[in-house]
Amino acid sequence: MLLKRIIPCLDVNQGRVVKGVQYVDHVDAGDPVEVARMYDEQEADEITFLDITASHEGRRTIFDVVERTAESVFMPLCVGGGVRSIQDIRDLLNAGADKVSIMTAAVHEPELVEEAALKIGSANLVVAIDARRIDDREDYRVRAGGRFRENDPDAVFEVYTHGGRNPTGIDAVAWAARMARAGAGEILLTSMDKDGTKSGYDLEMVRGVADAVSIPVIASGGGGTPESLAEALDDGPEGGHAQAALAASIFHFKEQTVGSVKARLLELGIPVRPPRVAVDGPRALR
Amino acid sequence: MPASSPRVAVVDYGAGNLRSVTKALERSGLRAEVCGDPASLRNADAAVLPGVGAFANAVASLHAKGLDDAIRDGIERGRPYLGLCLGLQLLFDSSSEHGENAGLGLIPGRVDRFPERDAEGKPLRVPHIGWNEVRFSGEHPMLEALPERDIYYFVHSYRAKVANAAGQVGVCEYGGLEFTAAAAEGSAFAVQFHPEKSQSSGRRVLDAFARWIDSC
Repeated sequence: MLLKRIIPCLDVNQGRVVKGVQYVDHVDAGDPVEVARMYDEQEADEITFLDITASHEGRRTIFDVVERTAESVFMPLCVGGGVRSIQDIRDLLNAGADKVSIMTAAVHEPELVEEAALKIGSANLVVAIDARRIDDREDYRVRAGGRFRENDPDAVFEVYTHGGRNPTGIDAVAWAARMARAGAGEILLTSMDKDGTKSGYDLEMVRGVADAVSIPVIASGGGGTPESLAEALDDGPEGGHAQAALAASIFHFKEQTVGSVKARLLELGIPVRPPRVAVDGPRALR
Repeated sequence: MPASSPRVAVVDYGAGNLRSVTKALERSGLRAEVCGDPASLRNADAAVLPGVGAFANAVASLHAKGLDDAIRDGIERGRPYLGLCLGLQLLFDSSSEHGENAGLGLIPGRVDRFPERDAEGKPLRVPHIGWNEVRFSGEHPMLEALPERDIYYFVHSYRAKVANAAGQVGVCEYGGLEFTAAAAEGSAFAVQFHPEKSQSSGRRVLDAFARWIDSC
């Protein structure tokens, strides 16, 4: 049976990890390649680099990071952030990424997803969606008068771009379904309300999207404990129905390894790849 | 890498990045060389056909470069051949990806998209992405060095089915449906998963490949 995936995520700015991995003292915690190597040793199921470099000049640094990672780590690597064109996707795949995620460009130019799926294939193509719960419905309905078919006045979750700052008026569930039809191979769904809170995933959002598409869904935003990851991955009526859970702070700051999280997930009945490496704390704490 | 190490051609048909495959082969003690012309492919001790991209494009590109005949010749002469992902699918008779297209025809069987429904009639998520268990069976030098079952990383929307059971040496199940995860014919051995992305499990596969080459 296909197992549920646990995916550590690193924010990378100009080639350096932004949120430090505090407990690591044997490796250069600022070097994404070193951190990727550590997660490889812990048998993470995949790793995701999110390039948050704002300056145009700094954007080349990610290619070097991806190349060095692909040469030293034998695990699946997904790269996203600032991907705007077919050429960007190709360049990242050629550098050694296994999957590339696009977000803002897909909102601005949905045809890009269709073109990329046709030319490059769906399997390598992830569409990232940042979304928030709609709290001011009147305000939303004004925005929802836009050009998208996915403007549902009764939507519960709205798609945002630019790191959760810019609302789009687009219903997140309908958008995910459209992106799946366009040829996305996977949806990376982040709750901007939950992101960084460690208060658990937005299960209603994750479930809403996971049930609306027939491609894999990666839940993101709010994963702070093994129990919250289990909820997002649970296929029961209250669960998130996601195929993978992405998390950052649980691995970067807490006394958890991928192995210790997976051991707990197995206890909770979530089918994950059993850890083969030691599941006790991070190595710097031993 | 000692100069006497077996030389493995990583077949380049223009489908993108070969770095991970090359590095993973080197880690298993092999001298891996990216190879895009038939002459150097014929001179290699063994070949790896990595898998990225679409079936029809790959077949057309292999044919245009004359690499398809070089692969067939190599296999006929008993040179170890390892196909990865699309490199497995290409060995079969045909695929329905983007219309019906002929493959290399070395293994009887065909390649089709996963169905929309699983064995229970529920929607099946495609692509099949992630870690899944493969059960190996049958006789092959590669299998002597592998466990009976292990977990590997997959990412694909199309899957192969052998026409006769003898060609299938590994099976995987997704949504209650079985598909060919490893196939063998003559000196060709191919897997649907990505050993170069499957951490220690994948390394065992490439180590087994290195041992097989040594024994030839």
